[in-house]
Amino acid sequence: MDSGIIEKLCRIVGEEGVLRTPEDLAAYSYDGTFAEGVPGAVVLPETTEQTSEIVKLGAQARIPLIARGMGSGLAAGSVPIGGGSIIVCFTRMNRILEIDEENATVRAQAGVVTADLQAEVEKRGLFYPPDPSSIRHSTIGGNIACNAGGPRCLKYGVTANYLLGLTVVLADGRVLKTGGKPIKDVTGYSLTSLFASSEGTLGLITEALLRLLARPLHVRTAMAEFDSLADASRTVNAILTGGIVPATLELMDRTAIVCIEEAMHLGLATDAEAILIIEADGSDESAVVREIEAVGRIARESGARAVKVAQNGEERDGLWKARRSAGSALARRAPNKLGEDITVPRSAIPDVIARLRAISARNGLPIVIFGHAGDGNLHPNILFDKRDPEQWRKVETMMGEIFEAALSLGGTLSGEHGIGVLKRPYFRQAVGPVSYDVQRRIKQSLDPLNILNPGKIFEEWE
Amino acid sequence: MELEKPQESSYLYCIRCGLCLAVCPTYREYLKETTSPRGRVALTRKGLEGKLELSPNLFEQMYGCFACMACNDVCPVGIRPADLALSMRQVEEQKHPKRWKQIVFKGLLSKAGRLELATLPLRLYEKLGVRRLVYWLRLDRLLPDRIRDLEAMLPRIPQRPLRRVLPEITEAHGEARYRVGYFLGCAQSLLFAEQSAATLRVLARNGCTVITPKEIECCGMPARGYGRMDLVRSQAMRNIAAFERRDVDVIVTDCATCGSMLKEYDSLFRDDPEWKERAAAFRSKVRDVSEFLAEIPLEKPSGRIESRVTYHDPCHLRRAQKVWREPRKILSLIDGLEFVELPEADWCCGSAGSQLITHYETSKKVLDRKLDHIEETGADTVASGCPGCRMQLETGLKRRGKPVRVVHPVALLDEAYGGVDGQRNH
Repeated sequence: MDSGIIEKLCRIVGEEGVLRTPEDLAAYSYDGTFAEGVPGAVVLPETTEQTSEIVKLGAQARIPLIARGMGSGLAAGSVPIGGGSIIVCFTRMNRILEIDEENATVRAQAGVVTADLQAEVEKRGLFYPPDPSSIRHSTIGGNIACNAGGPRCLKYGVTANYLLGLTVVLADGRVLKTGGKPIKDVTGYSLTSLFASSEGTLGLITEALLRLLARPLHVRTAMAEFDSLADASRTVNAILTGGIVPATLELMDRTAIVCIEEAMHLGLATDAEAILIIEADGSDESAVVREIEAVGRIARESGARAVKVAQNGEERDGLWKARRSAGSALARRAPNKLGEDITVPRSAIPDVIARLRAISARNGLPIVIFGHAGDGNLHPNILFDKRDPEQWRKVETMMGEIFEAALSLGGTLSGEHGIGVLKRPYFRQAVGPVSYDVQRRIKQSLDPLNILNPGKIFEEWE
Repeated sequence: MELEKPQESSYLYCIRCGLCLAVCPTYREYLKETTSPRGRVALTRKGLEGKLELSPNLFEQMYGCFACMACNDVCPVGIRPADLALSMRQVEEQKHPKRWKQIVFKGLLSKAGRLELATLPLRLYEKLGVRRLVYWLRLDRLLPDRIRDLEAMLPRIPQRPLRRVLPEITEAHGEARYRVGYFLGCAQSLLFAEQSAATLRVLARNGCTVITPKEIECCGMPARGYGRMDLVRSQAMRNIAAFERRDVDVIVTDCATCGSMLKEYDSLFRDDPEWKERAAAFRSKVRDVSEFLAEIPLEKPSGRIESRVTYHDPCHLRRAQKVWREPRKILSLIDGLEFVELPEADWCCGSAGSQLITHYETSKKVLDRKLDHIEETGADTVASGCPGCRMQLETGLKRRGKPVRVVHPVALLDEAYGGVDGQRNH
């Protein structure tokens, strides 16, 4: 990177906030995928004002700026493509600015770790529900930019459902403030929503005002084991059509179970074809207990061979630790994995699972299936070795087939990871030409110089 | 000679999920990827694959790791980033050997007598009253922060190293039920002689005849930390041989660091037909003192300790040896003692061997997080089974002006038994 630019960056954030050794740049060349691209510099702002100065500099010098948090993304959204870009990393903007107990809101900087924010608000009896598996290694800013989901979204909704307002640095350096503490607000377009799942392409989010709920006082977690994956997926629908909305309804297939068990030694049933993790929560203990009992009954009627309810907090924590490690534990089987996040209407879950298995058998590479079955959001993970070009070709074919299967069943490409780089080739087909055109025009009007995370979401740019 | 380096399988399967970032003390202080376990694995891979130069700065990142091993424990794939960082130090040492390491790790640390001689000025500093004079004249305030911390870090130094005063054989009180070999670590002998004397009293009181070989060498951990595996192996050989000559049931140490190193001796000789078996036999006997005491029937102490006590898990005990229930169990035996769990008890204290000197700023930041938690508990005593942790905690608490005592958990048990007097009356 040009030494004049580095010097200016240092003037904005101080020497400590600008990283430029080859080692630093290598460490910022990836996210949670196999994709790589080396930035020209990394800058770690500590305030919105500094961020604004950085963007002004970028705009002036036409330098691509890539927003990044803890780099847990699964679509390569924060990986630089093309050379000479600056990564703007928000991990040092990690202060919780205000917890308003009366209005049940929290105002936090973009770099606050989601689990830290949850722990802080829970101390006050409040609750921030979105719980991506990366909860301890991802930031609020990243969660918003990707509209992160997680198991609890089944009952509580996704990150965007908790956004009340944002502070965003626009592509020309101006600072946009949206929303506020009122729950209802129809004063013009909902600009707050626009930035959810914008993946750093429309502006740099530096602060967020989030809506909170009262913390549910009682939780019960059950695990149901199945001898057939099809039975497990049918159970999901049986529970949901039975008038019950559990907090979570998670599915794991056998390979996922075995990998997790190897990693954690929790005593999971490694001979089961599938397990469901179902959690009920609420403020009335007897209602919660009734709900989890009803879930157990339905599961057994739909073919579960055993249903176990966690007896204490430790057992429950173990189950969730297991579930959150699922994606990573799969790497015990292969050096690379491609974790997708297709989402289908939940009635189509048995169908899509059957198709995924067929895709795997046809192409000869394993697909491990786990995910948030309750809301139709599945994580088919292809296991492979990227060093083998033959396998990589198969992966590309399979990716296309997986998306094809999801779309033909009325589903979408991505439930919670975003488009980034990895899903770009399929984006236009998924949303159709009109939506694609509208989205491009939004991008053009907010970032006419195309300096904010260029090359992401949209395939080509002229 | 071919370079000894990490195998491809030790980094290839890292999918960069980022789980390790959450538990890494150096990442959580600097909030930058370069000081994270995932970053170190990435640099290792790129370096060894020739995609990045094996530069001094790359190796510096490996020394930036505090080797607390929290990342090893959390990784669902089984990657051990902390171990990789240590292996990379060994790679550097093979490429660019440093003479000072030869002097320190072979010349000084290998021979207990030499180390005792080298630390004589420190004992004189204490003994001749110079230290008291320094405090009295408040000369310590003239020292730069770093030196002042180091000065404060020295516990009250015993007049004579324990190795010099301890008999080779300490007889069991009453019926001798176990023949226990005692591995007297350098720090325990030189700096915590009284606490180790307490360990011996507790062992003897509970039916152990304790044999302390005086010719043992450094356990090898310091040399390992600086990439000199060749020295680690030769130190291990001499220590294994020393205990073979004694015929003991178990080998006990009250130093978390020594214990974790001794328990790795078998892995040092995997490809050595002559030493493989001997090292495995040695390794199978090694116990941390709290681990051993939890295995045998213990006399219930009659004394009370009216104290609010918390416990800090040394990385070398909890992570490396999975020993964490045992010291808590020992504390629970003591009447009057109110135990309060420390938040993030297993988070590194920042001592990390010599990192507290070489990475002073980071070490201090990591320590501050720990001290905040200790203060939250309201404890008047912190127990911990590692001399490195105890020095670090003592310094920090002193700097904050907190009258909190730092002690080995077994020394508390000894106190409840009545200490030196209890031994006489037993």
